[in-house]
Amino acid sequence: MSENNHPLLLVENLVISYGNIQAVRGISFEVREGEIVTLIGSNGAGKSSTLRGISGLIPYKGSISYRGRDLRGVDAAKIVGLGIAQVPEGRGIFGSLTVFENLKLATWQRKDKPEVNRDYERVFSIFPRLKERLNQLSGTLSGGEQQMLAVGRALMSRGQMMLLDEPSMGLAPVLVREIFRVLQEINQSGTTVLLVEQNANMALRVASRGYVLETGAITLSGTGSELLGNPQVMEAYLGG
Amino acid sequence: MDYILQQSLNALQLGSIYALIALGYTMVYGILTMINFAHGDLFMVGAFFCFIVATFLKLSFIPTLLISMIGVALLGVAIERVAYRPLRQAPRVSAVITALGVGILLESVMLVIFPYPQSVPTLLPNITWTIGGVTISLLQVIIICLSIGLMLLLDFIVRRTMVGMAMRAISWDKVIVPLMGVPLNLIISVTFALGTSLGAAAGVMYSQAFPVIDPYMGVLIGWKAFISAVVGGIGNIRGAMIGGFILGAVEIMVVAFFPSTYRDFVAFTLLLVLLIFRPYGILGQPRPQKV
Ligand SMILES: Nc1ncnc2c1ncn2[C@@H]1O[C@H](COP(=O)(O)OP(=O)(O)O)[C@@H](O)[C@H]1O
Ligand SMILES: [Mg+2]
Repeated sequence: MSENNHPLLLVENLVISYGNIQAVRGISFEVREGEIVTLIGSNGAGKSSTLRGISGLIPYKGSISYRGRDLRGVDAAKIVGLGIAQVPEGRGIFGSLTVFENLKLATWQRKDKPEVNRDYERVFSIFPRLKERLNQLSGTLSGGEQQMLAVGRALMSRGQMMLLDEPSMGLAPVLVREIFRVLQEINQSGTTVLLVEQNANMALRVASRGYVLETGAITLSGTGSELLGNPQVMEAYLGG
Repeated sequence: MDYILQQSLNALQLGSIYALIALGYTMVYGILTMINFAHGDLFMVGAFFCFIVATFLKLSFIPTLLISMIGVALLGVAIERVAYRPLRQAPRVSAVITALGVGILLESVMLVIFPYPQSVPTLLPNITWTIGGVTISLLQVIIICLSIGLMLLLDFIVRRTMVGMAMRAISWDKVIVPLMGVPLNLIISVTFALGTSLGAAAGVMYSQAFPVIDPYMGVLIGWKAFISAVVGGIGNIRGAMIGGFILGAVEIMVVAFFPSTYRDFVAFTLLLVLLIFRPYGILGQPRPQKV
Protein backbone atom coordinates (compact mmCIF):
# COMPACT_ATOMS: atom_id res chain seq x y z
CA MET A 1 0.00 0.00 0.00
CA SER A 2 2.62 2.52 -1.04
CA GLU A 3 -0.06 4.70 -2.59
CA ASN A 4 -1.86 5.31 0.66
CA ASN A 5 -1.17 9.00 0.52
CA HIS A 6 -2.55 9.49 -2.93
CA PRO A 7 -6.17 8.80 -3.69
CA LEU A 8 -6.79 6.10 -6.30
CA LEU A 9 -9.44 8.29 -7.91
CA LEU A 10 -9.43 12.05 -7.59
CA VAL A 11 -12.30 14.13 -8.96
CA GLU A 12 -11.90 17.90 -8.87
CA ASN A 13 -14.43 20.57 -9.81
CA LEU A 14 -16.29 18.20 -12.08
CA VAL A 15 -18.91 19.91 -14.23
CA ILE A 16 -21.14 17.95 -16.60
CA SER A 17 -23.73 19.60 -18.81
CA TYR A 18 -26.32 18.40 -21.29
CA GLY A 19 -26.95 21.38 -23.53
CA ASN A 20 -28.02 24.12 -21.13
CA ILE A 21 -28.76 21.76 -18.25
CA GLN A 22 -25.95 21.50 -15.73
CA ALA A 23 -26.29 18.02 -14.25
CA VAL A 24 -23.11 18.13 -12.14
CA ARG A 25 -22.01 21.51 -10.79
CA GLY A 26 -18.38 21.42 -9.81
CA ILE A 27 -18.09 18.52 -7.39
CA SER A 28 -14.85 17.24 -5.87
CA PHE A 29 -14.29 13.96 -4.11
CA GLU A 30 -11.75 11.20 -3.76
CA VAL A 31 -11.64 7.46 -3.39
CA ARG A 32 -8.66 5.83 -1.70
CA GLU A 33 -7.32 2.42 -2.43
CA GLY A 34 -9.27 -0.32 -0.66
CA GLU A 35 -12.23 1.88 0.28
CA ILE A 36 -15.90 1.55 -0.42
CA VAL A 37 -17.08 5.08 -1.06
CA THR A 38 -20.70 5.84 -1.72
CA LEU A 39 -22.29 8.73 -3.53
CA ILE A 40 -25.91 8.96 -2.44
CA GLY A 41 -28.58 11.16 -3.86
CA SER A 42 -32.11 11.09 -5.13
CA ASN A 43 -33.24 10.70 -8.71
CA GLY A 44 -31.72 13.30 -11.02
CA ALA A 45 -29.00 14.35 -8.56
CA GLY A 46 -26.25 13.72 -11.11
CA LYS A 47 -24.94 10.37 -9.88
CA SER A 48 -25.01 8.53 -13.22
CA SER A 49 -23.57 11.53 -15.02
CA THR A 50 -20.63 11.54 -12.62
CA LEU A 51 -19.92 7.86 -13.32
CA ARG A 52 -20.27 8.40 -17.07
CA GLY A 53 -17.70 11.15 -16.81
CA ILE A 54 -15.25 8.94 -14.91
CA SER A 55 -15.68 6.16 -17.48
CA GLY A 56 -15.03 8.56 -20.33
CA LEU A 57 -18.47 8.24 -21.88
CA ILE A 58 -19.30 11.95 -21.83
CA PRO A 59 -17.30 15.16 -21.95
CA TYR A 60 -16.80 17.15 -18.77
CA LYS A 61 -15.05 20.16 -17.30
CA GLY A 62 -12.76 19.89 -14.30
CA SER A 63 -10.41 17.01 -13.77
CA ILE A 64 -10.56 13.30 -13.07
CA SER A 65 -7.41 11.38 -12.34
CA TYR A 66 -6.80 7.72 -11.63
CA ARG A 67 -3.57 6.62 -9.96
CA GLY A 68 -2.32 10.12 -10.57
CA ARG A 69 -3.00 9.91 -14.28
CA ASP A 70 -5.26 12.53 -15.86
CA LEU A 71 -8.11 10.71 -17.62
CA ARG A 72 -9.10 13.60 -19.86
CA GLY A 73 -9.13 12.54 -23.48
CA VAL A 74 -8.53 8.87 -22.68
CA ASP A 75 -10.83 6.64 -24.72
CA ALA A 76 -13.56 4.91 -22.71
CA ALA A 77 -12.38 1.44 -23.75
CA LYS A 78 -8.84 2.32 -22.68
CA ILE A 79 -10.08 3.48 -19.27
CA VAL A 80 -11.39 -0.05 -18.72
CA GLY A 81 -7.92 -1.28 -19.60
CA LEU A 82 -6.45 1.04 -16.97
CA GLY A 83 -8.53 -0.74 -14.34
CA ILE A 84 -11.83 1.10 -13.94
CA ALA A 85 -14.85 -1.14 -14.47
CA GLN A 86 -18.39 0.19 -14.39
CA VAL A 87 -21.56 -1.72 -13.60
CA PRO A 88 -23.99 0.63 -15.33
CA GLU A 89 -27.41 1.75 -14.24
CA GLY A 90 -30.07 -0.77 -15.24
CA ARG A 91 -27.28 -3.41 -15.51
CA GLY A 92 -26.70 -2.92 -19.24
CA ILE A 93 -26.29 -6.56 -20.09
CA PHE A 94 -26.40 -7.58 -23.75
CA GLY A 95 -29.61 -9.58 -23.93
CA SER A 96 -28.88 -11.13 -27.32
CA LEU A 97 -25.61 -12.59 -26.05
CA THR A 98 -25.31 -15.61 -23.80
CA VAL A 99 -24.19 -15.29 -20.21
CA PHE A 100 -20.76 -16.59 -21.17
CA GLU A 101 -20.44 -14.19 -24.11
CA ASN A 102 -21.27 -11.26 -21.84
CA LEU A 103 -18.49 -12.30 -19.49
CA LYS A 104 -16.05 -12.97 -22.28
CA LEU A 105 -16.63 -9.65 -24.00
CA ALA A 106 -15.57 -7.88 -20.82
CA THR A 107 -12.09 -9.44 -21.13
CA TRP A 108 -11.41 -7.52 -24.36
CA GLN A 109 -8.64 -5.37 -22.88
CA ARG A 110 -6.91 -8.23 -21.11
CA LYS A 111 -3.73 -9.85 -22.30
CA ASP A 112 -3.24 -12.28 -19.41
CA LYS A 113 -5.11 -15.28 -20.83
CA PRO A 114 -4.31 -17.87 -18.12
CA GLU A 115 -5.57 -15.54 -15.43
CA VAL A 116 -8.76 -14.97 -17.41
CA ASN A 117 -9.67 -18.61 -16.88
CA ARG A 118 -9.00 -18.33 -13.18
CA ASP A 119 -11.25 -15.27 -13.05
CA TYR A 120 -14.13 -17.17 -14.68
CA GLU A 121 -13.84 -19.69 -11.87
CA ARG A 122 -13.83 -16.90 -9.35
CA VAL A 123 -16.98 -15.36 -10.85
CA PHE A 124 -18.67 -18.77 -10.86
CA SER A 125 -17.77 -19.38 -7.24
CA ILE A 126 -19.23 -16.02 -6.27
CA PHE A 127 -22.32 -16.49 -8.47
CA PRO A 128 -22.94 -20.22 -8.96
CA ARG A 129 -26.19 -19.37 -10.75
CA LEU A 130 -24.27 -17.84 -13.64
CA LYS A 131 -22.40 -21.07 -14.13
CA GLU A 132 -25.65 -23.00 -14.38
CA ARG A 133 -26.89 -20.58 -17.03
CA LEU A 134 -23.72 -20.09 -19.06
CA ASN A 135 -25.24 -20.73 -22.47
CA GLN A 136 -28.57 -19.10 -21.78
CA LEU A 137 -29.36 -15.83 -23.55
CA SER A 138 -28.80 -13.23 -20.87
CA GLY A 139 -31.99 -11.39 -21.84
CA THR A 140 -33.93 -14.28 -20.33
CA LEU A 141 -32.29 -13.98 -16.90
CA SER A 142 -34.20 -12.60 -13.92
CA GLY A 143 -33.37 -9.11 -12.69
CA GLY A 144 -31.22 -10.44 -9.86
CA GLU A 145 -29.32 -12.77 -12.15
CA GLN A 146 -28.73 -9.92 -14.59
CA GLN A 147 -27.27 -7.84 -11.79
CA MET A 148 -24.96 -10.74 -10.88
CA LEU A 149 -23.91 -10.94 -14.50
CA ALA A 150 -23.24 -7.21 -14.60
CA VAL A 151 -21.02 -7.49 -11.53
CA GLY A 152 -19.43 -10.64 -12.99
CA ARG A 153 -18.53 -8.76 -16.13
CA ALA A 154 -16.86 -6.02 -14.14
CA LEU A 155 -14.83 -8.70 -12.35
CA MET A 156 -13.86 -10.24 -15.69
CA SER A 157 -12.51 -6.93 -16.93
CA ARG A 158 -10.28 -7.01 -13.84
CA GLY A 159 -11.01 -3.54 -12.58
CA GLN A 160 -8.94 -2.53 -9.57
CA MET A 161 -11.72 -0.03 -9.16
CA MET A 162 -15.38 -0.86 -9.61
CA LEU A 163 -18.02 1.80 -10.16
CA LEU A 164 -21.56 0.64 -9.48
CA ASP A 165 -24.62 2.61 -10.51
CA GLU A 166 -27.58 1.74 -8.28
CA PRO A 167 -27.06 -2.00 -8.15
CA SER A 168 -30.03 -2.36 -5.78
CA MET A 169 -32.48 -0.80 -8.23
CA GLY A 170 -35.51 -2.98 -8.87
CA LEU A 171 -34.31 -5.90 -6.77
CA ALA A 172 -36.12 -7.65 -3.94
CA PRO A 173 -34.63 -6.90 -0.49
CA VAL A 174 -33.13 -10.36 -0.16
CA LEU A 175 -31.28 -9.94 -3.45
CA VAL A 176 -30.16 -6.46 -2.49
CA ARG A 177 -28.61 -7.87 0.67
CA GLU A 178 -26.95 -10.59 -1.40
CA ILE A 179 -25.47 -8.08 -3.84
CA PHE A 180 -24.18 -5.88 -1.04
CA ARG A 181 -22.66 -8.88 0.71
CA VAL A 182 -20.85 -9.76 -2.52
CA LEU A 183 -19.68 -6.17 -2.89
CA GLN A 184 -18.08 -6.30 0.53
CA GLU A 185 -16.46 -9.59 -0.35
CA ILE A 186 -15.08 -8.21 -3.59
CA ASN A 187 -13.82 -5.16 -1.73
CA GLN A 188 -12.11 -7.31 0.88
CA SER A 189 -10.26 -9.17 -1.83
CA GLY A 190 -8.72 -5.91 -2.99
CA THR A 191 -11.11 -4.07 -5.30
CA THR A 192 -11.85 -0.44 -4.52
CA VAL A 193 -15.52 0.42 -4.87
CA LEU A 194 -17.36 3.60 -5.78
CA LEU A 195 -21.01 2.90 -5.13
CA VAL A 196 -23.76 5.18 -6.36
CA GLU A 197 -27.09 4.62 -4.62
CA GLN A 198 -30.51 5.98 -3.81
CA ASN A 199 -30.77 3.23 -1.22
CA ALA A 200 -28.80 5.30 1.27
CA ASN A 201 -29.39 3.01 4.21
CA MET A 202 -27.78 -0.05 2.65
CA ALA A 203 -25.04 1.95 0.94
CA LEU A 204 -23.94 3.80 4.08
CA ARG A 205 -23.83 0.58 6.06
CA VAL A 206 -21.19 -0.94 3.82
CA ALA A 207 -19.31 2.24 2.95
CA SER A 208 -16.22 3.54 4.64
CA ARG A 209 -17.11 7.04 3.52
CA GLY A 210 -19.95 8.72 1.72
CA TYR A 211 -20.92 11.91 -0.07
CA VAL A 212 -24.42 13.29 -0.42
CA LEU A 213 -25.19 14.67 -3.86
CA GLU A 214 -28.12 17.07 -4.33
CA THR A 215 -28.99 18.59 -7.70
CA GLY A 216 -25.45 18.30 -8.91
CA ALA A 217 -23.62 19.50 -5.81
CA ILE A 218 -22.11 17.72 -2.80
CA THR A 219 -23.87 18.94 0.30
CA LEU A 220 -22.52 16.59 2.96
CA SER A 221 -19.71 14.13 3.43
CA GLY A 222 -18.38 11.92 6.15
CA THR A 223 -17.83 8.34 7.21
CA GLY A 224 -20.63 5.87 6.62
CA SER A 225 -21.69 5.87 10.25
CA GLU A 226 -21.50 9.65 10.58
CA LEU A 227 -23.84 10.07 7.66
CA LEU A 228 -26.15 7.33 8.91
CA GLY A 229 -26.47 9.24 12.16
CA ASN A 230 -26.90 12.63 10.53
CA PRO A 231 -30.41 14.03 11.05
CA GLN A 232 -30.46 15.71 7.62
CA VAL A 233 -29.57 12.45 5.91
CA MET A 234 -32.09 10.60 8.05
CA GLU A 235 -34.81 12.96 6.97
CA ALA A 236 -34.00 13.17 3.29
CA TYR A 237 -32.93 9.62 2.45
CA LEU A 238 -33.76 7.26 5.26
CA GLY A 239 -37.42 8.02 5.64
CA GLY A 240 -37.07 10.17 8.83
CA MET B 1 -38.94 -30.65 -64.73
CA ASP B 2 -35.61 -29.78 -66.33
CA TYR B 3 -36.98 -26.33 -66.94
CA ILE B 4 -37.77 -25.90 -63.25
CA LEU B 5 -34.34 -27.20 -62.26
CA GLN B 6 -32.66 -24.87 -64.71
CA GLN B 7 -34.63 -21.93 -63.40
CA SER B 8 -33.85 -22.90 -59.80
CA LEU B 9 -30.18 -22.82 -60.62
CA ASN B 10 -30.57 -19.37 -62.13
CA ALA B 11 -32.52 -18.29 -59.07
CA LEU B 12 -29.73 -19.52 -56.81
CA GLN B 13 -27.20 -17.51 -58.78
CA LEU B 14 -29.22 -14.29 -58.69
CA GLY B 15 -30.19 -14.89 -55.06
CA SER B 16 -26.54 -15.27 -54.03
CA ILE B 17 -25.78 -11.84 -55.43
CA TYR B 18 -28.76 -10.20 -53.71
CA ALA B 19 -27.93 -11.97 -50.47
CA LEU B 20 -24.31 -10.79 -50.47
CA ILE B 21 -25.39 -7.20 -51.02
CA ALA B 22 -28.26 -7.45 -48.54
CA LEU B 23 -25.76 -8.44 -45.85
CA GLY B 24 -24.07 -5.06 -46.12
CA TYR B 25 -27.34 -3.20 -45.53
CA THR B 26 -28.31 -5.39 -42.62
CA MET B 27 -24.93 -5.28 -40.88
CA VAL B 28 -24.74 -1.51 -40.93
CA TYR B 29 -28.35 -1.26 -39.81
CA GLY B 30 -27.64 -3.75 -37.05
CA ILE B 31 -24.93 -1.65 -35.46
CA LEU B 32 -25.95 1.91 -36.34
CA THR B 33 -29.72 1.60 -37.00
CA MET B 34 -29.03 3.45 -40.19
CA ILE B 35 -29.68 2.46 -43.80
CA ASN B 36 -26.49 2.92 -45.79
CA PHE B 37 -28.10 3.93 -49.06
CA ALA B 38 -24.69 4.25 -50.68
CA HIS B 39 -24.23 0.50 -50.42
CA GLY B 40 -25.67 -0.28 -53.85
CA ASP B 41 -23.16 2.15 -55.31
CA LEU B 42 -20.32 0.43 -53.46
CA PHE B 43 -21.44 -2.74 -55.23
CA MET B 44 -21.08 -0.76 -58.48
CA VAL B 45 -17.61 0.42 -57.46
CA GLY B 46 -16.74 -3.23 -56.85
CA ALA B 47 -17.72 -4.04 -60.43
CA PHE B 48 -15.59 -1.15 -61.71
CA PHE B 49 -12.65 -2.28 -59.58
CA CYS B 50 -13.00 -5.63 -61.32
CA PHE B 51 -13.07 -3.91 -64.70
CA ILE B 52 -10.01 -1.78 -63.94
CA VAL B 53 -7.92 -4.54 -62.38
CA ALA B 54 -8.80 -7.05 -65.09
CA THR B 55 -8.33 -4.63 -67.98
CA PHE B 56 -5.24 -2.70 -66.95
CA LEU B 57 -3.44 -5.03 -64.58
CA LYS B 58 -4.60 -8.13 -66.44
CA LEU B 59 -4.85 -10.16 -63.27
CA SER B 60 -6.80 -13.38 -62.99
CA PHE B 61 -10.07 -13.96 -61.15
CA ILE B 62 -8.94 -14.54 -57.57
CA PRO B 63 -6.48 -11.61 -57.32
CA THR B 64 -9.01 -9.37 -59.05
CA LEU B 65 -11.67 -10.41 -56.57
CA LEU B 66 -9.38 -9.84 -53.58
CA ILE B 67 -8.15 -6.45 -54.77
CA SER B 68 -11.71 -5.32 -55.44
CA MET B 69 -12.91 -6.46 -52.03
CA ILE B 70 -10.03 -4.77 -50.23
CA GLY B 71 -10.35 -1.60 -52.29
CA VAL B 72 -14.06 -1.25 -51.66
CA ALA B 73 -13.65 -2.16 -47.98
CA LEU B 74 -11.18 0.73 -47.59
CA LEU B 75 -13.58 3.02 -49.39
CA GLY B 76 -16.44 1.87 -47.15
CA VAL B 77 -14.40 2.46 -44.00
CA ALA B 78 -13.39 5.91 -45.26
CA ILE B 79 -17.01 6.82 -46.03
CA GLU B 80 -18.10 5.85 -42.53
CA ARG B 81 -15.25 7.80 -41.00
CA VAL B 82 -15.74 10.97 -43.02
CA ALA B 83 -19.46 11.09 -43.76
CA TYR B 84 -21.35 9.03 -41.16
CA ARG B 85 -19.37 9.22 -37.95
CA PRO B 86 -19.81 12.97 -37.49
CA LEU B 87 -23.57 12.39 -37.71
CA ARG B 88 -23.76 9.52 -35.27
CA GLN B 89 -25.57 11.59 -32.63
CA ALA B 90 -27.64 13.44 -35.23
CA PRO B 91 -31.20 12.39 -36.12
CA ARG B 92 -31.18 9.21 -38.21
CA VAL B 93 -32.77 11.00 -41.12
CA SER B 94 -29.69 13.22 -41.50
CA ALA B 95 -27.47 10.18 -41.75
CA VAL B 96 -29.78 8.59 -44.31
CA ILE B 97 -29.78 11.71 -46.47
CA THR B 98 -26.00 11.84 -46.22
CA ALA B 99 -25.87 8.23 -47.37
CA LEU B 100 -28.03 9.03 -50.38
CA GLY B 101 -25.68 11.93 -51.12
CA VAL B 102 -22.62 9.72 -50.86
CA GLY B 103 -24.27 7.30 -53.30
CA ILE B 104 -24.93 10.06 -55.81
CA LEU B 105 -21.36 11.28 -55.38
CA LEU B 106 -19.99 7.82 -56.15
CA GLU B 107 -22.17 7.57 -59.25
CA SER B 108 -21.16 11.04 -60.46
CA VAL B 109 -17.46 10.52 -59.93
CA MET B 110 -17.65 7.22 -61.75
CA LEU B 111 -19.57 8.86 -64.56
CA VAL B 112 -16.84 11.45 -64.97
CA ILE B 113 -14.21 8.73 -65.21
CA PHE B 114 -16.30 6.37 -67.33
CA PRO B 115 -18.90 8.30 -69.31
CA TYR B 116 -19.79 5.21 -71.37
CA PRO B 117 -20.72 1.67 -70.37
CA GLN B 118 -17.66 -0.58 -70.20
CA SER B 119 -17.22 -4.25 -70.99
CA VAL B 120 -15.54 -6.29 -68.34
CA PRO B 121 -13.04 -8.89 -69.55
CA THR B 122 -14.07 -12.49 -68.94
CA LEU B 123 -11.89 -13.88 -66.18
CA LEU B 124 -13.13 -17.44 -66.09
CA PRO B 125 -12.94 -20.07 -68.84
CA ASN B 126 -16.26 -20.58 -70.53
CA ILE B 127 -16.91 -24.14 -69.37
CA THR B 128 -20.40 -25.59 -69.17
CA TRP B 129 -21.71 -28.97 -68.17
CA THR B 130 -25.01 -30.44 -69.28
CA ILE B 131 -26.58 -32.88 -66.86
CA GLY B 132 -29.88 -34.21 -68.12
CA GLY B 133 -31.47 -31.16 -69.66
CA VAL B 134 -29.84 -28.73 -67.23
CA THR B 135 -26.87 -26.60 -68.23
CA ILE B 136 -24.48 -25.36 -65.56
CA SER B 137 -21.61 -22.99 -66.26
CA LEU B 138 -18.38 -22.77 -64.30
CA LEU B 139 -19.27 -19.15 -63.57
CA GLN B 140 -22.57 -20.20 -62.02
CA VAL B 141 -20.88 -22.78 -59.86
CA ILE B 142 -18.32 -20.25 -58.73
CA ILE B 143 -20.89 -17.55 -58.00
CA ILE B 144 -23.03 -19.88 -55.94
CA CYS B 145 -20.18 -21.60 -54.07
CA LEU B 146 -18.19 -18.46 -53.43
CA SER B 147 -21.24 -16.59 -52.17
CA ILE B 148 -22.26 -19.38 -49.87
CA GLY B 149 -18.65 -19.71 -48.68
CA LEU B 150 -18.44 -16.00 -47.91
CA MET B 151 -21.76 -16.11 -46.09
CA LEU B 152 -20.67 -19.07 -43.96
CA LEU B 153 -17.46 -17.23 -43.15
CA LEU B 154 -19.39 -14.13 -42.12
CA ASP B 155 -21.79 -16.21 -40.06
CA PHE B 156 -18.81 -17.77 -38.31
CA ILE B 157 -17.24 -14.38 -37.61
CA VAL B 158 -20.45 -12.95 -36.20
CA ARG B 159 -21.33 -15.95 -34.05
CA ARG B 160 -18.01 -17.31 -32.92
CA THR B 161 -15.38 -14.59 -32.70
CA MET B 162 -14.82 -11.77 -30.22
CA VAL B 163 -15.27 -9.20 -32.99
CA GLY B 164 -18.59 -10.78 -33.91
CA MET B 165 -19.62 -10.80 -30.28
CA ALA B 166 -18.78 -7.11 -30.08
CA MET B 167 -20.84 -6.45 -33.22
CA ARG B 168 -23.84 -8.19 -31.69
CA ALA B 169 -23.34 -6.32 -28.44
CA ILE B 170 -23.27 -3.00 -30.30
CA SER B 171 -26.50 -3.84 -32.03
CA TRP B 172 -28.10 -4.52 -28.65
CA ASP B 173 -26.82 -1.44 -26.82
CA LYS B 174 -23.92 0.54 -28.15
CA VAL B 175 -23.73 2.93 -25.21
CA ILE B 176 -22.62 0.14 -22.88
CA VAL B 177 -20.08 -1.44 -25.23
CA PRO B 178 -17.13 0.85 -24.35
CA LEU B 179 -17.62 -0.07 -20.67
CA MET B 180 -16.57 -3.59 -21.63
CA GLY B 181 -13.26 -2.20 -22.89
CA VAL B 182 -14.37 -2.72 -26.48
CA PRO B 183 -13.27 0.03 -28.89
CA LEU B 184 -16.60 0.99 -30.46
CA ASN B 185 -15.25 2.82 -33.50
CA LEU B 186 -12.89 0.03 -34.41
CA ILE B 187 -15.74 -2.49 -34.41
CA ILE B 188 -17.91 -0.18 -36.49
CA SER B 189 -15.07 0.17 -39.02
CA VAL B 190 -14.65 -3.60 -39.14
CA THR B 191 -18.38 -3.96 -39.76
CA PHE B 192 -18.22 -1.52 -42.67
CA ALA B 193 -15.18 -3.30 -44.07
CA LEU B 194 -16.89 -6.69 -43.93
CA GLY B 195 -20.22 -5.50 -45.33
CA THR B 196 -18.77 -3.47 -48.18
CA SER B 197 -16.26 -6.15 -49.16
CA LEU B 198 -19.14 -8.60 -49.55
CA GLY B 199 -20.89 -6.02 -51.74
CA ALA B 200 -17.72 -5.74 -53.81
CA ALA B 201 -17.53 -9.52 -54.20
CA ALA B 202 -21.10 -9.40 -55.49
CA GLY B 203 -20.08 -6.63 -57.90
CA VAL B 204 -17.19 -8.66 -59.26
CA MET B 205 -19.32 -11.75 -59.78
CA TYR B 206 -22.18 -9.76 -61.24
CA SER B 207 -19.84 -8.10 -63.72
CA GLN B 208 -18.71 -11.54 -64.82
CA ALA B 209 -22.27 -12.73 -65.34
CA PHE B 210 -23.46 -9.46 -66.97
CA PRO B 211 -20.26 -7.96 -68.34
CA VAL B 212 -21.48 -4.57 -69.50
CA ILE B 213 -21.33 -2.17 -66.56
CA ASP B 214 -22.20 1.47 -65.98
CA PRO B 215 -22.17 3.81 -62.97
CA TYR B 216 -25.92 3.43 -62.37
CA MET B 217 -25.91 -0.34 -62.22
CA GLY B 218 -26.00 -0.29 -58.41
CA VAL B 219 -29.20 1.68 -58.09
CA LEU B 220 -31.89 -0.88 -58.91
CA ILE B 221 -29.89 -3.84 -57.63
CA GLY B 222 -29.15 -1.91 -54.45
CA TRP B 223 -32.85 -1.29 -53.88
CA LYS B 224 -33.62 -4.92 -54.47
CA ALA B 225 -30.94 -6.07 -52.07
CA PHE B 226 -32.19 -3.56 -49.53
CA ILE B 227 -35.68 -4.98 -49.88
CA SER B 228 -34.23 -8.46 -49.46
CA ALA B 229 -32.69 -7.34 -46.21
CA VAL B 230 -36.01 -5.90 -45.04
CA VAL B 231 -37.88 -9.06 -46.04
CA GLY B 232 -35.39 -11.19 -44.11
CA GLY B 233 -35.64 -8.87 -41.12
CA ILE B 234 -33.31 -5.87 -41.25
CA GLY B 235 -30.46 -6.19 -38.79
CA ASN B 236 -30.60 -9.99 -38.94
CA ILE B 237 -27.70 -11.59 -40.81
CA ARG B 238 -29.30 -14.91 -41.58
CA GLY B 239 -32.47 -13.04 -42.53
CA ALA B 240 -30.58 -11.06 -45.16
CA MET B 241 -29.29 -14.25 -46.72
CA ILE B 242 -32.75 -15.81 -46.77
CA GLY B 243 -34.31 -12.60 -48.13
CA GLY B 244 -31.77 -12.45 -50.96
CA PHE B 245 -32.46 -16.01 -52.04
CA ILE B 246 -36.22 -15.48 -51.82
CA LEU B 247 -36.06 -12.39 -54.03
CA GLY B 248 -33.83 -14.20 -56.52
CA ALA B 249 -36.24 -17.11 -56.66
CA VAL B 250 -39.33 -14.95 -57.00
CA GLU B 251 -37.82 -12.93 -59.83
CA ILE B 252 -36.66 -15.92 -61.81
CA MET B 253 -39.96 -17.72 -61.35
CA VAL B 254 -41.95 -14.68 -62.42
CA VAL B 255 -39.90 -14.40 -65.59
CA ALA B 256 -40.25 -18.12 -66.18
CA PHE B 257 -44.04 -17.99 -66.24
CA PHE B 258 -44.99 -14.39 -67.11
CA PRO B 259 -43.78 -11.78 -69.58
CA SER B 260 -40.48 -10.46 -68.28
CA THR B 261 -41.83 -6.92 -67.94
CA TYR B 262 -43.91 -8.20 -65.02
CA ARG B 263 -40.82 -9.17 -63.09
CA ASP B 264 -40.29 -6.22 -60.76
CA PHE B 265 -44.00 -5.56 -60.38
CA VAL B 266 -44.87 -9.09 -59.28
CA ALA B 267 -41.73 -9.53 -57.21
CA PHE B 268 -42.17 -6.32 -55.26
CA THR B 269 -45.88 -6.90 -54.76
CA LEU B 270 -45.23 -10.32 -53.28
CA LEU B 271 -42.62 -8.91 -50.95
CA LEU B 272 -44.89 -6.11 -49.82
CA VAL B 273 -47.63 -8.63 -49.09
CA LEU B 274 -45.17 -10.69 -47.10
CA LEU B 275 -44.29 -7.62 -45.05
CA ILE B 276 -47.96 -7.07 -44.22
CA PHE B 277 -48.02 -10.47 -42.55
CA ARG B 278 -44.55 -10.27 -41.06
CA PRO B 279 -43.87 -6.56 -40.57
CA TYR B 280 -40.44 -7.18 -39.02
CA GLY B 281 -39.41 -9.53 -41.81
CA ILE B 282 -38.93 -13.26 -41.74
CA LEU B 283 -36.36 -13.48 -38.95
CA GLY B 284 -36.76 -9.97 -37.58
CA GLN B 285 -37.98 -9.25 -34.07
CA PRO B 286 -39.55 -6.09 -32.78
CA ARG B 287 -36.76 -4.24 -31.00
CA PRO B 288 -37.07 -4.40 -27.24
CA GLN B 289 -37.96 -0.96 -25.99
CA LYS B 290 -35.16 0.37 -23.86
CA VAL B 291 -36.11 2.08 -20.63
N1 LIG C 1 -28.71 12.30 -21.88
C1 LIG C 1 -29.21 13.33 -21.19
N2 LIG C 1 -29.69 14.43 -21.83
C2 LIG C 1 -30.20 15.47 -21.13
N3 LIG C 1 -30.28 15.52 -19.82
C3 LIG C 1 -29.82 14.47 -19.11
C4 LIG C 1 -29.28 13.32 -19.76
N4 LIG C 1 -28.91 12.44 -18.82
C5 LIG C 1 -29.21 13.00 -17.64
N5 LIG C 1 -29.76 14.23 -17.80
C6 LIG C 1 -30.19 15.13 -16.74
O1 LIG C 1 -29.13 15.35 -15.87
C7 LIG C 1 -29.57 15.33 -14.52
C8 LIG C 1 -28.80 14.28 -13.75
O2 LIG C 1 -29.12 13.00 -14.26
P1 LIG C 1 -28.40 11.69 -13.76
O3 LIG C 1 -26.94 11.90 -13.78
O4 LIG C 1 -28.94 10.56 -14.55
O5 LIG C 1 -28.92 11.60 -12.28
P2 LIG C 1 -29.05 10.37 -11.29
O6 LIG C 1 -28.25 9.25 -11.83
O7 LIG C 1 -28.56 10.88 -9.99
O8 LIG C 1 -30.50 10.02 -11.24
C9 LIG C 1 -31.06 15.09 -14.56
O9 LIG C 1 -31.71 16.36 -14.44
C10 LIG C 1 -31.29 14.50 -15.89
O10 LIG C 1 -32.56 14.85 -16.37
MG1 LIG D 1 -28.85 7.40 -12.34
